[in-house]
Amino acid sequence: MSLNGNTSLPGRKDFETIAQWIRPGSTVLDLGCGDGLLLKYLRQSKGVHGYGIEIDDASVLACVKNGVNVIQSDLERGLAGFEAGSFDYVILSQTLQAVRHTEEILKEILRVGRQGIVTFPNFGHWSQRLQIIFAGRMPVSDVLPYQWYNTPNLHLFTIADFESFCDSHAVRVLERLVLHRDQPVRFMPNLLGTLAVFRFEKDSAT
Amino acid sequence: MNSEHSVGAVQPRDQVFSEPLRFRSGAVLDAYSLRYETYGALNADKSNAVLVCHALNAAHHIAGWYEDDPSNIGWWDNMIGPGKPLDTNRFFVIGVNNLGGCFGSTGPSSIDPKTGAPFGSTFPVITVEDWVNAQARLADTLGIARFAAVMGGSLGAMQALQWSIGYPERVNHVVAVAAAPKLSAQNIAFNEVARQAITTDPDFHGGNFYRHGVVPKRGLRLARMIGHITYLSDDAMMEKFGRSLREGKLGFHFDVDFEVESYLRHQGDKFSEYFDANTYLLITRALDYFDPAQNAGGNLSHAFAGALAKFLVISFTSDWRFSPGRSREIVKALQENRRDVAYAEIDAPHGHDAFLLEDPRYHALVRSFFENIHAGVGK
Repeated sequence: MSLNGNTSLPGRKDFETIAQWIRPGSTVLDLGCGDGLLLKYLRQSKGVHGYGIEIDDASVLACVKNGVNVIQSDLERGLAGFEAGSFDYVILSQTLQAVRHTEEILKEILRVGRQGIVTFPNFGHWSQRLQIIFAGRMPVSDVLPYQWYNTPNLHLFTIADFESFCDSHAVRVLERLVLHRDQPVRFMPNLLGTLAVFRFEKDSAT
Repeated sequence: MNSEHSVGAVQPRDQVFSEPLRFRSGAVLDAYSLRYETYGALNADKSNAVLVCHALNAAHHIAGWYEDDPSNIGWWDNMIGPGKPLDTNRFFVIGVNNLGGCFGSTGPSSIDPKTGAPFGSTFPVITVEDWVNAQARLADTLGIARFAAVMGGSLGAMQALQWSIGYPERVNHVVAVAAAPKLSAQNIAFNEVARQAITTDPDFHGGNFYRHGVVPKRGLRLARMIGHITYLSDDAMMEKFGRSLREGKLGFHFDVDFEVESYLRHQGDKFSEYFDANTYLLITRALDYFDPAQNAGGNLSHAFAGALAKFLVISFTSDWRFSPGRSREIVKALQENRRDVAYAEIDAPHGHDAFLLEDPRYHALVRSFFENIHAGVGK
């Protein structure tokens, strides 16, 4: 586990944000970890011990090549193999919009993890809104590059939608960052941001 | 056969051990020998050694062929060789016939020096732990303090797991394919049927058939037929044989009608020609007894608490003998100990035997894992 080497990851501002939020030396479960580069980055930059869950054969192979812990499994079947509170953070990076059982996954994230971190494309960005209103077409953009007929995304939602979900599901948002072209968006984020990153925990008061 | 990716012609060697070995049962073997083969070259700091453990009916001959028997190709030749997933240009690979075996290492058919007759039924019941202890002594004689990796499929995977538990300081990586942390009641039941087939054969003579000049072939044949059914998936069998008839029409007799019957009989006949009946009993018993959690209060996670290796665990979706769920138990235990582990579930139709076949996804995983081991070897 080398802490040397190149720890910057150009073009992944969301990764950098996640890394900034994560306590050094903590444990992380990355759901839908893809090629494992986030986990590798967190290991190198923060000394994080992590595991990824991934269903795709090619991605699992990429994880092995990247020397990352990966468990091939279907997220939609839940996290039955993981004990409650067994990770400091459970991350779902740009996957929430593509899972079928959204509520169950978020519940599982907060069962297995003490905190959850999700990133997702914001469907409330003005360009998405304009495409629907004026072109009358489903939006296609950099962060949502698919046509309606070939998109893997099942649930498109906005930053406001997610915050309302948290309110109604006893989830306390701890931190939020909205990005557009890798730059933070502080003014009217639901209109001007394309990518949202949230850190949250179970609101035990309610 | 003169493939550039083969280790080529190989020769087995024997290592004699004169220091007594105490078995888990308490029995002691005063002296014994192990037959083994090696491929590739051991590097200067002896850090590139990989031990490959065999399953039920295989042995030390894992790659290459014999000069005097060129059709006798090692059982994992598609995995091991120059440029293959376990690359002998990089690693020093060792295959060893386990103690109690019938391919050259001391076993029930060997002569017991105390009696001058074959051990037969007096050969001690052996466990996976005992095998691993014997393998460790072989490693000592070869000057290998620590393996870069220990690898195996099925029962071989159990030995690899046991290495990480019994000798955590001596194994850097474990590759466990088509594994299980212990047998299920169904697994034990199949083994028991196979053992009954052997022990009730009138030619078995309580395990001392050698002195009668016979071999319990009928029992061995049945044992192999039963075993073989569990190695294949329902779909693979249907795909391979379907309901094809040998003569193209029903014979209205109880001799071979269906191709699958012919295949099983052929496999059984072949097996009964070369395999020792007592070894079959011993090996199935070793499978039954393997249960590392048992020594850790029934908790598999506790069993792996001392393990230090990094693991690659691979299962096959159609394997009903050791299903993916069994591998997930292992992965869960490793994860709970925060051990490094990569787990892949290969969607292959062949059943348990898939671990011996050349599936590109499976082989690519093993190749990548060993490439990373190589990148760290000797550095």
